[in-house]
Amino acid sequence: MTDAEELRVLTRKLLEEHPPATTDRTDFLRARFDAGLAWVHYPVGLGGLDAPRALQAVVDAELAAAGAPDNDPRKIGIGLGMAAPTVLAHGTDEVKRRFLRPLWVGEEVWCQLFSEPGAGSDLAALATRAVRDGEDWVVDGQKVWTSSAHTARWAILIARTDPDAPKHRGITYFVCDMTDPGVEVRPLRQITGEAEFNEVFLTGVRIPDAHRLGEVGDGWRVAQTTLMNERVSIGGARIPREGGMIGKVATTWRERPELRTHDLHRRLLDHWVDAEVARLAGERLRQQLVAGRPGPEGSAMKLAFARLNQVISGLEVELLGDEGLLYGEWEMRRPELVDFTGRDAGYRYLRSKGNSIEGGTSEVLLNIVAERVLGLPPEPRNDKDVAWKDLAR
Amino acid sequence: MTESSEPTEQPLDLLYSETEDDLRAAVRALLADRAGPQTLLGRIETDSPYVPGLWKSLAGDIGAAGLLVPEKLGGQGASHREAAVVLEELGRAVTPLPYLTSAVVATETLLALAGEGEAAAGLLAELASGRRVAVLAVPLSTAPGAEFPLAESVAGVPDAAAADVFLVPRADGLYAVPAEEATVEPQTPLDLTRPLARVTTEGGSGTRLAGPDAARTAVRRGLLAGAGLLASEQLGLAEWCLEETVRYTRERHQFNRPVGSFQALKHRMAQLWLDLVGARAAARAAADALATGSADAPLTVAVAQAYCSKVAVRAAEECVQLHGGIGMTWEHPAHLALKRAKSDQIALGSAGRHQDAIACLVGLEPPA
Repeated sequence: MTDAEELRVLTRKLLEEHPPATTDRTDFLRARFDAGLAWVHYPVGLGGLDAPRALQAVVDAELAAAGAPDNDPRKIGIGLGMAAPTVLAHGTDEVKRRFLRPLWVGEEVWCQLFSEPGAGSDLAALATRAVRDGEDWVVDGQKVWTSSAHTARWAILIARTDPDAPKHRGITYFVCDMTDPGVEVRPLRQITGEAEFNEVFLTGVRIPDAHRLGEVGDGWRVAQTTLMNERVSIGGARIPREGGMIGKVATTWRERPELRTHDLHRRLLDHWVDAEVARLAGERLRQQLVAGRPGPEGSAMKLAFARLNQVISGLEVELLGDEGLLYGEWEMRRPELVDFTGRDAGYRYLRSKGNSIEGGTSEVLLNIVAERVLGLPPEPRNDKDVAWKDLAR
Repeated sequence: MTESSEPTEQPLDLLYSETEDDLRAAVRALLADRAGPQTLLGRIETDSPYVPGLWKSLAGDIGAAGLLVPEKLGGQGASHREAAVVLEELGRAVTPLPYLTSAVVATETLLALAGEGEAAAGLLAELASGRRVAVLAVPLSTAPGAEFPLAESVAGVPDAAAADVFLVPRADGLYAVPAEEATVEPQTPLDLTRPLARVTTEGGSGTRLAGPDAARTAVRRGLLAGAGLLASEQLGLAEWCLEETVRYTRERHQFNRPVGSFQALKHRMAQLWLDLVGARAAARAAADALATGSADAPLTVAVAQAYCSKVAVRAAEECVQLHGGIGMTWEHPAHLALKRAKSDQIALGSAGRHQDAIACLVGLEPPA
């Protein structure tokens, strides 16, 4: 089953049997999953048809044209982008059948319990412990920067199972039940005033061994599946000129001539050129992907957009002058989605500070570019063969 | 992921075609063979930086001089995309050749006049074959939209020493003046690989190619193509600077480790690589917009120039700095790149001038 025409037929059959206008949203999504049209490149029985990944577009176009509900991928991004490929690659058949359908349908939201207060960029230094107790593992520790933890049913979790091994080797990967009584989620309020993220405290959390992904002690390798999938998602959409943060400030410039100064004009144009070039570079990356020749430019895109968002939103606050002295509201909110360009200029300025930290700091990404793209020698490492418990903390 | 809105313009083709890759390989091999750094360092001590016979090989054997010229006018019938690839290679090797001046600026100027009479068409065929070299007699710093002198004597004319014929804009039109009827006084250039001279011609000398209006349009078109493709020269130059710096810092040891393993240096080189990713996209966009005759070409060219000229200078400056003392010496070719990059920053309009053009084109007006 690889043919675009066959997929079109199957999609139309789905639409015929479950007309979107009269079918409950969840029922429709379940039926779509069962028809193998959720992610066509997944195996038969697990939401797919073993078809080439590129043919998903055929299905999506048919469904969009028919006004079918979608599974709101932005809201369940961690489940779709990170948990699902990991479960697929490392889960038992039973685990795959249990988790993938409700994940894709969005009935069960997922979060990711990776980062810790003492293990950010140095993720493998994590200290959350998992100790074997009969058929279960007992987990104690603290995680941080956890999006969606307050709405999540399940989490992907990495924990230390062998403190005597070097740090990359003593880690094991689990699926954690967020309703376990030992899981406590606290909102983590940010510099914007709102709380997108959480701290998660794990106290005596019991995880059945059946919810382990991969071998004991092999969790770092399993986590690579997750992290590599995190980085794949860049570069899908085509962005129009002035499509991002620069469009906001350019509009203000055009509409508010009284705010203009020569100094701001010069800087605005510097940023406009940089933003347009970053857009073209993103477009070039997209064309490379379409042509089947992916390059290493993806990491460049994240670095460029982080810096651009920060300088442009900073300029916007300055341009607004008296208005830039004000802020929309500080009341703590718990947004379901991160809205980078929404709200007001002050919010954009503050939120963009996270762009060079989340998903890999710019400093770490520059090291990756230097070592993997340019082939420069690695930094000397003094933690490679030392037992985790003997490392300085 | 869904698209937030449809871009209005047709997306540019920002990749390299197989033909372009083949052309690049041929030019790179020729330059490696005949115009390596040691050859150039030897040439700049002589009266002329041009490597004897190299123009003939590039123009005649590879056919690079006629890429922009349609086949029916004696050229290769290729486009700005291919010419851009040649310029990337000439930039990488900081090659002294009148390519940008003759095969791009003068050729594009004449292409705009190809309907105006046989004189322009005849000259085009000679330029395309490489038998003759033509240079537009305006200062190297002239931006595409800027006023240019209509004087009898113009300083700062690039590659005048290599010219067989000058295209001279005068109040009553554009003239082709044979070099033997002009006076060429060499100036001492910052960029040793692109000679500059004062060119003096007598009023009325030469052949008139077009009247004043057509001449103005044609010259602007020539300068626009020049500015757009100069971005590719700057890209190639920056690429060489980064590659050489990476190579050197991997080998050079201090404090018992390769200096390229120090994060302070790695981040600077990684940052340069990011700038190059942008420069490549911008330069390709300009070449493609020129090739397709897109209405967006003036903006795309201005963006490429505003960006790439800065990247080339930064890359050359970093190259000198990260090479340490060796980067300051006459024996190492880093200074050739630095001098070319700095000169290119002024050539065909500074970044600031191109930004002014952008402000106009996209409606970001300055304060009243």
